[in-house]
Parts: sequence; C-alpha cells; structure tokens
Amino acid sequence: MPTISRGEVAHLARLVRLAVTEEELDLFAGQLDVILNSVARVREVATEDIPPTSHAIGLEDVFRDDVPGPCLTQQQALSGAYATEDGRFQVPRILDES
Amino acid sequence: MSELTRLSAAELADRISRRETSAVEVTQAHLDRIGSVDPVVRAFLHLDGDGALAAAAAVDEGLQRGDAATSPLAGVPLALKDVFTTADMPTTCGSRILEGWRPPYDSTVTRKLREAGVVLLGKTNMDEFAMGSSTENSAYGPTRNPWDLDRVPGGSGGGSATAVAAFEAPLAIGTDTGGSIRQPSAVTGTVGVKPTYGGVSRYGLVAFSSSLDQGGPVARTVLDAALLHEVIGGHDPLDSTSIDAPVPPVVAAARAGATGELTGVRIGVVSQFRGEGYQPGVLHAFETAVSRLRDLGAVIVEVSCPAFDYALPAYYLIAPSECSSNLARFDGMRYGLRCGDDGTRTAEEVMSLTREAGFGAEVKRRIMLGTYALSAGYYDAYYGQAQKVRTLIIRDFAAAFEKVDVLVSPTTPTTAFRLGERVDDPLSMYLSDLCTIPSNLAGNAALSVPAGLADDDGLPVGLQVMAPVLADDRAYRVAAAYEAARDATDGDPLWSRVPDLTEDRLSGPSIDTEDRLSGPRIAGVVGR
Repeated sequence: MPTISRGEVAHLARLVRLAVTEEELDLFAGQLDVILNSVARVREVATEDIPPTSHAIGLEDVFRDDVPGPCLTQQQALSGAYATEDGRFQVPRILDES
Repeated sequence: MSELTRLSAAELADRISRRETSAVEVTQAHLDRIGSVDPVVRAFLHLDGDGALAAAAAVDEGLQRGDAATSPLAGVPLALKDVFTTADMPTTCGSRILEGWRPPYDSTVTRKLREAGVVLLGKTNMDEFAMGSSTENSAYGPTRNPWDLDRVPGGSGGGSATAVAAFEAPLAIGTDTGGSIRQPSAVTGTVGVKPTYGGVSRYGLVAFSSSLDQGGPVARTVLDAALLHEVIGGHDPLDSTSIDAPVPPVVAAARAGATGELTGVRIGVVSQFRGEGYQPGVLHAFETAVSRLRDLGAVIVEVSCPAFDYALPAYYLIAPSECSSNLARFDGMRYGLRCGDDGTRTAEEVMSLTREAGFGAEVKRRIMLGTYALSAGYYDAYYGQAQKVRTLIIRDFAAAFEKVDVLVSPTTPTTAFRLGERVDDPLSMYLSDLCTIPSNLAGNAALSVPAGLADDDGLPVGLQVMAPVLADDRAYRVAAAYEAARDATDGDPLWSRVPDLTEDRLSGPSIDTEDRLSGPRIAGVVGR
C-alpha cells in the first residue's frame, strides 16, 4: 500500500496549479511515494516535549519607522508583464462562465 | 591563457589599485578566457561583456583621478548566480518560467558588489530555482565539471563553482539552501562559504526556502572568499531576517589563519558523517586533512550529533514546504512566462498551463511534496515533526560548540558523479547534501575548503568546517591555516592542477547532452 496514491497526486497537482500529463502522474506518484517513505523517518525522534523551530536565528517582530521609502514606478512594475492595458496588468478572465 | 586569470582576487585588486595593471585588462582577460572555455563547460547563462568593460573602465578612471579604491576588491571580475536580480541583465533562476526576464531592480548583493567596484561579468547556471545537486536541473542545459567534463559540477551553484575553477572569474556568488555553495565547491576544488543565516541580505534573491536560503562567496582561496564576504555582508533593512550586527572579522581571521597556527583550537570530528555510503577516497582525504589540522596544533576530538542523521529527511520536508508557498508567485500574471492565453481560457487554466510548461520535474516534485506536507491531516506528521528535528539539530550544535570551537566533516560523501547518473533517482541526488544540511537548518556558518584529490578517482574532495552562529571567522581561520599547510605540503595549490580546458577534451561525451547543449539555451538568454 503506497503512502501516496496516484489520485492524491492528481489532487495535489490541481491544488498547486500544474496541468500535469498522465505520464507525469505515473512518474511523480512513484517518486513521491519513495521520497515520503524516506522522509517519514522524522517521526522516529521528535517527541511531544520538543518545541518546533520555524526559523534558526531567533529574530522576531522586526519593525521599521512608518515612513514611505522609494518604490517601483508603475512603468517598472509593468515592465515584465505579458500584456498590459491602461497601465495595468492584463489577465485572462477570472470567472469560468461555462 | 592570460596569467591574469590565474591570479587571486586579492592580488588582482592589489595590482589594479597600484595601477600596475588596469581593471579593463583584467576584465578583458577573463572575457577572453570565457570565450575560449565556456562553450565547453557552460558556466554562464548570460554574459555582459560591454557592461563589465564599462564597470572596469569606471574603476580605472577613479584610480586615475587619484580616488582611493572603492573597496579591497575594486576592479575584480565576478560571476553572479542567476538567482540574484540584476536590473541590467536577465534573471532566470535556470527556469523557463523566467526566460529572458529583466527585473526592475538590483538585489542588495548586486548593489553592494557594484558599489564596491566589483565587475559583474554575467550570470551563472544553476539547478532550476536552486533545487538540485548537479546543475542538471537547469532548463538551459547542464554545466560540466572542469576536472572531468563527463561529470557534474555539483549544484545548485555548479555554474558559479565552475566559473571560478575554470579561471573564468576569480570570484563568484552562490546561494546555499541545503549545500548549494559548499557541495559544488567541494567537487570543483574551490572554496565556498555559507555565512551565518541573516549575514548576507536576501533582498532580491529569488526565494526558494526563505528560512534556509543564504548567499555567500565562492573563490579559489580562503582569503579571497573572506574579502568577498565582507563586501556582500552586513545588515539590510530591506530584509527583515537580516542580522543587525557587524560582519564577523573574516578577513582578519583568514590572514591570521594563513600564518599556519592552530595551537589550542578545539576541532570536533562529527562521528555521524563517515562510514557507509562514503567514498573511500573521500574518507581518506578527510582523515589526511584532520591529521594535518592536528599537526598544526589543533586538539581533535570526536563529537556525536545524533540528530544529524535526521537532518536530510527534515530538510526534504521543510524546504519543499517553503518552496511550495514561495513559488506560488509564478502564476503567469505579472511577469515571466504565460501559456495558453487564447482569450477563451480562464486565469486558473492559463496559470496551470503556464506552470506545467515553465517548471521542470524537480520543481514540480518539490511543490507537490511541500503542499502534501503542509496539508491538513499530514501537517503534524510531516512538517511539524521536521520542525522538531530542527530544534534537535540546533541543540546538537549547541552541545558540540560547548566542547569544541569548530566541527569538521567531509563536505559531501562522494566526489563529482557522472552527468546523468542520478537524474532519475531523486533520493540518491538528495544524499549529496547529507553533510551540509545541518548548518542550513541551524543557521550557523559553514564552508568547504579543498582537501586534495581522492586517491581512488583523482577528483577534488572538500573539507567542511562548521562554526557557531555569527562566528564565521572561526571557520575562516581554520580553513586558511589548513589551506596554507596543504599547499606547503603539496608544493602547489589544488586549483592550479585543473586540466587545461583549451585542448579538445570533448571527444565522446558519455551521455546525450549534445542536443540540450546546442538547443534553445542560447536564444534570448546567452548574449554572445
């Protein structure tokens, strides 16, 4: 019984917006199963009383003065866009009307 | 090859500042070298010859006016990993999804290099979004190891390491999330440093795993790496994880170390990092290096760090989890590739087609793996447990550094493997990072310094030196002392023994890379 099924991988692909092919699903399902079985070893050592670490250097709540600084111009911000219209990013329709 | 390309960065800067040679001559010599060997090793994705010569001329003009040199590296050429934004050059991260992308701003590292008068030659090849250990995951074809063209240069920063090893540049910048500076340096015979996390700004460094990513220097000597470290290091208000503290005195440490004295320095050998899975030639070179450190007066002790055995699985949960979030920004809407926008498809469909076409297999695997590890029902078992392992690793380091000043290990378990050998087996590729990952998870400083050639295959081996958080200078001191002793014993520095690449050494490559090498890699990306 694999840790992760082909169906679960298809679901993941939808969640992460990857239009994967059928061949990729076969390939990734096998590879992700091998990887997950290997990394599951993390369960062996870490017990209840150990706090998690999200960030190695204990910085927190880094603030700066609330003053405007330099930022990109509209032209700069749009400079890498696939398509623009009226000084804005042009994107495909958002709603699926079918 | 011009003699100028074999000099250290320190020597070049010295000659330039004393006006014995011009920065323009130095830059031209390196551009010529790139022209003759890069068609073979493929370290660069983009070259900016005109920009480099103009930057060099500006340094020369300043010196001619009588201005003081802008930094100890003014006029020295450098190869920049293609993951740092550059307003005047494309930034692709080795990915199709950013092919030809021109960022509207410079990264802080880029800015500091320019301000220091360092000459940017171009952008170097890398595994896509820095995910990989061989540079074979680049969408633009692999880089070849100058020591053996059938072998990988390590990864993800194989381009930066190769540029330095092949005398295309005396200096390069890499990034190290799980070993991407140190492992390529080990297998190409160069010096590579991962500074303490937060020591070098991540502003404008395209994010892979934000709690682990760290930029750092690549060079042929420890002193050169230290000089570059001080140029790029320091607090940056634009990176909220940047440490607000002075850069550790790494140049002074490298100079002190080079006098060859380690009396009383306590060095711990990590017992977890040898034995099964380690190439005998690597272990032998490592043991020779340790006995050399002992000869220099260091006290060698064995240190056990049991949680290090779990660093690799923890890393391959934490890094993919962070990457799955970071790479969500590549949606085909504001910059980069867009596919399938035919006026009928929705944004979501276009997004899925764009990411499918724009990302390579390893990036897709990690995005899915990370999304799985973060999803409800699996979070505690995978991501949560990995974060606890991270705590245990930090505790192991803390306990070790109560007993010793630095820890040492081989940088990576094997010498450079063959192109194609691990491409289809992600887990075996991941093992390359076995020894480097703990320092990413704990945030401490670590470097790789060449430890000679393996006696079983004649390829470079790296000695890893790990130091506590913000004690980067300790690693430099030990590495510089070791380097001086090694060169004195060997009679010449390791980097001088790289094969001459200008001979025709490309007879019969062992794998089918030819179509990829001559393929669309050039179009729109490489400016030559």
